[in-house]
Amino acid sequence: MIRGQSLPSIHRGAGRYRVEHVSGRVVLYLVITAGAFIFSTPLLWMISTSLKSPELINRIPIVWIPPELRWANYIDPWVEMPFLLFYWNTVFITVTNTAIILITNSLVAFGFARIPFKGRTIIFFVLLATMMLPPQVTMIPTYLFWSRLRLVNTFWPIMAPEWLSAAYDVFLMRQFYMTISTDLDEAARIDGCSWFGIYRHIILPLSKPVIGVLAILNFSFNWNNFITPLIYLNDSRLFPIALGLRLFETQMGGGDTYVRLGPLMAMTLVSIIPLMAAFFIAQRYFIQGIVITGIKG
Amino acid sequence: MAQAVSENSPARGRLALSPQARVNIAGYLFITPWILKFLTLNAGAMIVSLGISLFKTDFFTTFDFIGFDNYTRLFRDPLFWKSLSVTAYYAFGMVPLALVFSLVIALLLNQNVKFQGVYRVVYYLPSIVSGVAVAILWKYLLQPRWGLINQGLALVGIEGPKWLFSTTWAMPAFILMGVWAAGGNMLLYLAGLQGIPTDLYHAASIDGANAWHRFWRITLPMLTPTIYFNLIISIIGAWQIFTQSYIITAGGPDNSTLTMVLLLYRKGFQQFHFGYASAIAWVLFTIVMLFTVLIVRSSEAWVFYAGEVRG
Repeated sequence: MIRGQSLPSIHRGAGRYRVEHVSGRVVLYLVITAGAFIFSTPLLWMISTSLKSPELINRIPIVWIPPELRWANYIDPWVEMPFLLFYWNTVFITVTNTAIILITNSLVAFGFARIPFKGRTIIFFVLLATMMLPPQVTMIPTYLFWSRLRLVNTFWPIMAPEWLSAAYDVFLMRQFYMTISTDLDEAARIDGCSWFGIYRHIILPLSKPVIGVLAILNFSFNWNNFITPLIYLNDSRLFPIALGLRLFETQMGGGDTYVRLGPLMAMTLVSIIPLMAAFFIAQRYFIQGIVITGIKG
Repeated sequence: MAQAVSENSPARGRLALSPQARVNIAGYLFITPWILKFLTLNAGAMIVSLGISLFKTDFFTTFDFIGFDNYTRLFRDPLFWKSLSVTAYYAFGMVPLALVFSLVIALLLNQNVKFQGVYRVVYYLPSIVSGVAVAILWKYLLQPRWGLINQGLALVGIEGPKWLFSTTWAMPAFILMGVWAAGGNMLLYLAGLQGIPTDLYHAASIDGANAWHRFWRITLPMLTPTIYFNLIISIIGAWQIFTQSYIITAGGPDNSTLTMVLLLYRKGFQQFHFGYASAIAWVLFTIVMLFTVLIVRSSEAWVFYAGEVRG
């Protein structure tokens, strides 16, 4: 079996077993549409709430479309709080981290999946074990480490550890690489191709779906990361948007928080727009670009 | 192994590296970034926290070595047992539900349906909304009187439970939130499905296999590496549940959402019993490790790799 060659268009749709009968298709559409409806209601509620004035928010029965759309919910917060700065910080951290992460993790995963070095199994299990300890435990020793280096209240503790690979990503990529046949590697080895050559010319071109998935997962993780910036950043000028939103929420004042729920929901929605954009860019690699098919070799 | 063929002649002398040594060097070079991270950030921190679990310490005034006292006290602490049962309830409810649910959705969305992209985005979106936003959102959705969910249930004549204010329904509400955000798993299944060679299906169709057979004999076995990954990751994530109970319910009502990590956080970061908190962490670590070892051990029997390198 040799993989990685695109076939004529008739063969597109790898992994699909078609539901042929008409009745089957009707049921299929009914199920996914009903599910989609249920899944999107919380977000629709969020959109609706973001355009409401306070007195409409806890009305029974619910008012889905407010008689008067309150766009001020989307405008006023930008003046109250330096959201623009929060976004600049978030974009800087997220884009840099995601780009570097994809390179280092794919190299590390290649080592674990393809090179039969001594101690590989044990070391890989150690890598899995690092994921099992609650991050709250290593938090204190890790904080001491960064404060020794005098790097607290900088972006370093939020960025540098990410660059040095992440167990989750390595595990996922390894799982993917393990499904690619080794026939090509072995042929390339006999022809004198280096390990890096195999990585660069055989594995990497076949990895677009998993890289696409990891790009979006890492982008979302870094964009939403809350706990690490919370611990290491004191200066609000360095805050990413996740901390900014929390700050905005706590400044809404206690008690009847729903009074300012509209602006909060509006700002929360704005913060997920870049994630949606990133998803649309990344999805073509794992949703439309179905080039990884197999032919009999 | 192909690489063992070329350079095995004794004439090359003893100074030349053996083929296996070259393979070892290459392997370790590729995983160097992770080794660096492990040595600087993981290993040290793990040893330090294991050490702390043998002390009674707040890091400022006291630092007394007490051996395994933290652990014996832990096993006599009713709050610990409460948190263990709460967390286990969540893990055993959430992991299978999310796993099966996201697999079914991925399979359905992998069909040739119109507006495929739109459906995929709708199912995936919930998983990218940040933790803080999700917490706030569900707090209001589950509001017993005017929350959207109970208003919806009232429409079909059901009087909804008090959800986050009920000791019975608070944890199911958390599981509901977890399943809602399982879109990340779905994405991984979708990626896995794209990696299944089409000709397997063609060959099977020619042999007269129906859709049901093709699913059980091709799709499911070829997806086992992804299922394996999702299973391990979901178990680790479920046992570490924290943000929801910290932000939404603060462990209440009546400790019905007091998860192990929340208890750990309270003991450590609020009451400054760092030794006790570290002991909780290591018990949690042991539990998750046990489950993972079970799954890893069993994986040879059910996980199928098309390109396995045995070394």
